[in-house]
Amino acid sequence: MRPITAVSAVIGIVLCTIPIVAKAQDASEKEIERYREMISDPMSNPGFLAVDRGEQLWAEKRGTNNVSLESCDLGLGAGKLEGAFAQLPRYFRDADRVMDLEQRLLWCMQNIQGLDTKDVVTRRFSGPGKISDMEDLVAFIANKSSGMKIQPQLSHPKEQEMAAVGEELFHRRGGVMDFSCSTCHGAEGKRIRLQGLPYLAGTGKDAQVTMASWPTYRVSQSALRTFQHRIWDCYRQQRWPAPDYGSDGITALTLYLNKIAAGGDLAVPSIKR
Amino acid sequence: MMKLHVSMLALALGGALCCTAPGLSRAADQALPTKPAGPMSKAADKAAKPAAAPAPAKTAAAASTVSTDTVDAYIKATFGKAPADWQQRIVPDETMQACNKYRNDVPHDVGDAIMKREITRVVYPADGKFLGDWKAGAKIANNGQGGQFSDKPETVHGGNCYACHQMAKSEVSFGTLGPSLTHYGKDRNYTEAEIKQAYTKIYNSQAVVPCSNMPRFGTNGFLTEQQIKDVMAFLFDPESPVNKE
Repeated sequence: MRPITAVSAVIGIVLCTIPIVAKAQDASEKEIERYREMISDPMSNPGFLAVDRGEQLWAEKRGTNNVSLESCDLGLGAGKLEGAFAQLPRYFRDADRVMDLEQRLLWCMQNIQGLDTKDVVTRRFSGPGKISDMEDLVAFIANKSSGMKIQPQLSHPKEQEMAAVGEELFHRRGGVMDFSCSTCHGAEGKRIRLQGLPYLAGTGKDAQVTMASWPTYRVSQSALRTFQHRIWDCYRQQRWPAPDYGSDGITALTLYLNKIAAGGDLAVPSIKR
Repeated sequence: MMKLHVSMLALALGGALCCTAPGLSRAADQALPTKPAGPMSKAADKAAKPAAAPAPAKTAAAASTVSTDTVDAYIKATFGKAPADWQQRIVPDETMQACNKYRNDVPHDVGDAIMKREITRVVYPADGKFLGDWKAGAKIANNGQGGQFSDKPETVHGGNCYACHQMAKSEVSFGTLGPSLTHYGKDRNYTEAEIKQAYTKIYNSQAVVPCSNMPRFGTNGFLTEQQIKDVMAFLFDPESPVNKE
């Protein structure tokens, strides 16, 4: 490392141009921050429309059994919603699997309602003229944990395996660009273009703030988006193949990220760019 | 302010060093001056923190509480429905296997083996010319399209250089994942050796910096030879805004 120090004195002379760049960066950072504040008004967050629709869906009788989801156990007992999202993903004995909220909802639809989830999965992400049951249900259920702290469940061996695999996946490089999650989120204080990147390779405020803000209403997409969508979009940008909706890899990443985000204060649905 | 100056200095140096000695390049790419000596060491040490990539070194020891087979099984369950050629793209080659294993913080011998292997995967232009059209290169540097599962197969790939690097000063929207490349050619006196080294790095970053975060644009077939030449011209043409502004 010595050569770096040795040369640094010489290069110091070149630095006279850098303050201008730094100033421009400061200015644009401030502008972005101002924009974020403008859109983060919870009273005008259309994500709450999804919360309302989700509440209706939760109580609607559907499937071959013609029952609602109200007896679905999200980890705290049948139908108990307060705080359930704050402790997901978690191990479910009846399914003998670790599931995130979306996997669990699909499981309840199939096993309690007798609902063919093919159509629900086709509409997993909303679009023009296409409402997503999953986005609405997640918004409703997650909102019941708003104000609570992220409590990762890591006592069951399968939960521990999930978190460990999630960490490995976070660092796994691939695709035509050799990218991994950590390419962008492996160091503190980095930006891609003008977008600040949260540091997610270890514990800290970045992880807490990030994980406490999903699901969110994306202004740029005019839609409420769940964490399944966030990971799907990250893999798209990484030039990886599309991850399967509700697959274990996404749950593993979610549990790893919740592990490093433990204690973060949930404020959901949030609103983002 | 002072902190920022010195950290950007570290980055600038990183960029400069990686093109001189392969041994130093590893550290330079990650901008991680661990224990600098001499009168500037305190400032440099402080400044290194925001610019550094702390993750690989710190977390490497904690890795591998699960077997590679288990992780591979999860990957299959997650991406198994994607078309076969897409799945093939995420099977790590020997180099990526090593980078994954050490979370990019490879021991020296492993790093040397990576560079030795990857340099054989660089194809230099048959006509011996490294520099194309800087104006075309400027567009490629600004284009972030191509290669995503949402893209049409015929989409022309962009280099998306600004996602990570500062280049022309007039472009204020640039990322900081890589070092600033302003005055790239000028700072290197436009020498032939520097030009060849930069071509090598864009074509196959792993041939220059083991486990560099940068894509292997040529070897992975993401950019064509002509596109790489154009980006090279953007970096090295004296008329390019990279060197003018």
